[in-house]
Amino acid sequence: MTERAPLISMQLMGKDYSVPSGLTIMAAIEYAGYKLVRGAGCRGGFCGACPTLYRRADSHRIFTALACQTLVEDGMCLVQMPFVPLITKPYELQTITPRPNTLLQHFPEIAGCVACNTCTRACPQGLQVMDYVQAALRGDTKRAAMLSFDCISCGICSSRCPADIKHYAVGLLARRIYGKFVTPAAPDLSARVAELEAGHYHGALDELVGMSPAELRVRYEQRSFEAVADGGEAHSATKRYNSPVDPVDFQDEIER
Amino acid sequence: MGSSMQIAYYPGCTIKASAHQHEGAALAVLRTLGVELREMAEWNCCGVVHSLTSDNLIRHMAPVRVFARLREQGENEVATLCDMCFNTLARANLHARQQPEQIAAISVTSGDELSYDGGAGVLHLLQVLRDRVGLAAIRAHVRRPLRGLRVYPYYGCKLLRPAEVGIDDPETPAVLRDLMQALGATVVEGSLQTQCCGAYHVVDHAEIVAGRVAATADQASAGGAEAIVLSCPLCHYNFDTLQATSGAPLPVFYYTQLMGIAFGLEPDQLGLEEQQIALLPLLQRHNLVHVKGEQA
Repeated sequence: MTERAPLISMQLMGKDYSVPSGLTIMAAIEYAGYKLVRGAGCRGGFCGACPTLYRRADSHRIFTALACQTLVEDGMCLVQMPFVPLITKPYELQTITPRPNTLLQHFPEIAGCVACNTCTRACPQGLQVMDYVQAALRGDTKRAAMLSFDCISCGICSSRCPADIKHYAVGLLARRIYGKFVTPAAPDLSARVAELEAGHYHGALDELVGMSPAELRVRYEQRSFEAVADGGEAHSATKRYNSPVDPVDFQDEIER
Repeated sequence: MGSSMQIAYYPGCTIKASAHQHEGAALAVLRTLGVELREMAEWNCCGVVHSLTSDNLIRHMAPVRVFARLREQGENEVATLCDMCFNTLARANLHARQQPEQIAAISVTSGDELSYDGGAGVLHLLQVLRDRVGLAAIRAHVRRPLRGLRVYPYYGCKLLRPAEVGIDDPETPAVLRDLMQALGATVVEGSLQTQCCGAYHVVDHAEIVAGRVAATADQASAGGAEAIVLSCPLCHYNFDTLQATSGAPLPVFYYTQLMGIAFGLEPDQLGLEEQQIALLPLLQRHNLVHVKGEQA
């Protein structure tokens, strides 16, 4: 018989429960009998659908977390946010002419930032949210894009902001502008798109479609990675991105 | 005895919480006088905590954070070009020195991530130039004296007021005059040099700004000035975009641009074409710049 985890006491959506320690908030909610139809998604920390507001027994502060990424604590009192409302002025990226005040024009509320840093403290991704809003405010689209790169749009920042800034939408537009107007075009990509459009891979696809699952598995296990141009290690887009290094350093990687 | 006078009554929290004897006595006395205080059906705190404090602490958060970051970077002094930033930082710094308990409150609000003791310094670039570099050294770098160029130094507010943070005499400032003379220019002065340009009224009452800018530019022109030289980006915006004088508008220079000209720097380093009112014709008239392709 396996040893049972000790129970802890917590309050879920206004009711007291005892749940095993070691569960994530999301697992605890389900252990308590709730069925999550909103406020749950990938369960892997990437989709941003499960923001939680909670307090601890020993603090007057409100804390925030992703329910799927955070373990329950004894004395926790929490509520799930189904989503954070977001309405922004529509924009058509194709018609935007990037200027230093483009982000400010689309999101004038960023001028109300008082630098309280509440957004940064709330971010489950550990992003420097206030810094990217400040970068957007002063027209530094590149820095805003880089600092917001790992944003998963959970919206916790916006739910806590005293100036009602829609941080994640600001970061998204910054990245779109940066991607469209600043990042150099990738010649490999357009070459590959041309190949696809010319039907270059139709034969290979037909071959795969005709295989049995067993044959497919063998083929999958034998797959090889494309060599990179300089003969070095195969490129991994995400390998270094969650490192403590300043994301702005990655501009070299992008521009190479 | 019936009441002859009825007045709505706002008690306030303190009366209800810790001075109810005062309230009881007052109501009794007034009843005797035939005055009935009728308590408002619903009321809230008057906001005294906010209105009587001179702090509104949240607005100090940004400048205090600047100083805290400065310290984190191992620095103890910071210079700024922007008059508005200088003024904001200097005043917050003064605040931090004089009211450390308010900085402590900011720190608590920030989740204890902000700490600052007011010990760092902020310098306006003009202070750096005047007090650290020195006018003699600046004069020694002049390669192309601004001889014959008549400029009107405009100070506005943020360099000078309030006096506790001002970098010069708030009534008769000299720093821009001395700097321009060190560059070889002729200085025209006037009573409106320290008048506010109207600042952010440009957003909602542009006519206020336009009137002030016109009066100042007219005074400068009447004194024979050919250009205005200033420091503040907001003043610059207002003078450059809203200068509707009776005569030709005066070009508006940052003092750094004229320093660059006098030092013989390449004009394309000096952003001379980023103004609405063209700068180059005046400089060409004085033989201070040569457009590429033209003979010297």
